[in-house]
Amino acid sequence: MLLIPCPYCGPRPELEFRHAGEAHIARPANPDATAAGAWSEYLYVRSNPKGRHIERWRHASGCNRFFNCVRDTVTDVIEATYPAGEARR
Amino acid sequence: MRHSIFNLVRQAFAGNQGWPRQWRSPAPKRAYDMIVVGAGGHGLATAYYLAAEHGLRNIAVLEKGWLGGGNTGRNTTIIRSNYLWEESQKLYEHAVQLWEDLSQTLNYNVMYSPRGVMMLAHTQHDVQSFQRHIHANRLGGIDNEWLTAEQAQAFCPILNIDPSLRYPVIGAALQRRGGTARHDAVAWGYARAADALGVDIIENCTVTGIDRDASGAVSGVQTSRGAIRAARVGVVAAGHSSVLMGMAGVRMPLESYPLQALVSEPVKPVMPCVVMSNTVHAYMSQSDKGELVIGAGTDAYTSYSQTGGLHIAMHTLDAICELFPVVRRMRMLRNWGGIVDVTPDRSPIIGKTPVPGLFVNCGWGTGGFKATPGSGHVFAHTLATGEPHPINAPFSLDRFRTGRLIDEAAAAAVAH
Repeated sequence: MLLIPCPYCGPRPELEFRHAGEAHIARPANPDATAAGAWSEYLYVRSNPKGRHIERWRHASGCNRFFNCVRDTVTDVIEATYPAGEARR
Repeated sequence: MRHSIFNLVRQAFAGNQGWPRQWRSPAPKRAYDMIVVGAGGHGLATAYYLAAEHGLRNIAVLEKGWLGGGNTGRNTTIIRSNYLWEESQKLYEHAVQLWEDLSQTLNYNVMYSPRGVMMLAHTQHDVQSFQRHIHANRLGGIDNEWLTAEQAQAFCPILNIDPSLRYPVIGAALQRRGGTARHDAVAWGYARAADALGVDIIENCTVTGIDRDASGAVSGVQTSRGAIRAARVGVVAAGHSSVLMGMAGVRMPLESYPLQALVSEPVKPVMPCVVMSNTVHAYMSQSDKGELVIGAGTDAYTSYSQTGGLHIAMHTLDAICELFPVVRRMRMLRNWGGIVDVTPDRSPIIGKTPVPGLFVNCGWGTGGFKATPGSGHVFAHTLATGEPHPINAPFSLDRFRTGRLIDEAAAAAVAH
């Protein structure tokens, strides 16, 4: 089980959290002018890296806030967490 | 040497010292007509059908580890075809029909055992969902029948149908032709049969790059054992599909999750069938060795670690202990994880890619083992002809652009 450092509440066990997928995926700014390929990229395509990955978690049984987390997908070691909305690390 | 009663007796009298190696261990040639990346069940089946049905002999299967050492050796070996959508039914039923005489086809005992797969309903929603599946399956010509809780218990006597359970069993869907097979034997049988037809199976050969010529088409692969040229490459790399496709610059609609399983100490036969429960995240069968084989749901996060959180296995064992109180005091011998590549619609991707000459067979998620023969068969057709077989045509990569998804979330094994 991961020990996840919530930026607001501190380190808590994984059971308190919900994984919320890859971070920093922005919805197309102008939907009317967005082609099918770009929608596909936004909706379905994921980088799924073997190594450094930036993902969102929600502290569902705590502060209930979303935040971003940098984790290595080979070792599962968490490098850092930071509030949603901050620049990509 | 063929496996036959004659050879079995002859070798028994010769102390079983005369059995040859089941497949060669060749050094990679500089060039092949076709390369399959990944020597799991699906990759080996692809190579076998390329050789057996399409007459291609100058092909190689490249494997970074050992043959059948990934998800083929890590799954819980369940076979069934009772999927909801017509496209899926045709794909998985194609596989079940190949399973039925696979041992004879390969001259290798894959121990296919159609002992019945029973999926438990614990809520009214489950009942409605399963009955919808049963009706859809009847229209598709696939066997799947509804059982009451009492009938379910008669089919699997150790099942607890006490109404006081937190999630009581209120019925079940049973596919009698579903069952299990010996997962390692499937990889070995395909490897042996493909090797006998001249396919080079090259283990410990990691693909590190995919080469493309001036027109953008595939021209070969870079590996830990040197460059190998080929005009067609089929990627069958399960959890590592995103990584391999990334080498050709193709981004995939995939995420790789750990999926855990565990086995108990071996005991006398107690479990005559496979029982699955999507609602409480547990499934169990008994191997021919006597171990209870138990599968859990996927972990919450993406990972390539081939391990998962203990709380996931505990959650599954809680459910197993409720459903099968007779096994409560058994010890678990081993647990492990595999990395499964999950698509947004929980259906596989089998077909062409934007790169000419590059083909992909991936996205089998939590339920790829059951499809091994069918997957290899249609993917071999795709590789040999350059166009998808009618059965895998709907499972294109392009469906994530056109929106023609095959949403099997309700039918997939667990945790969706």
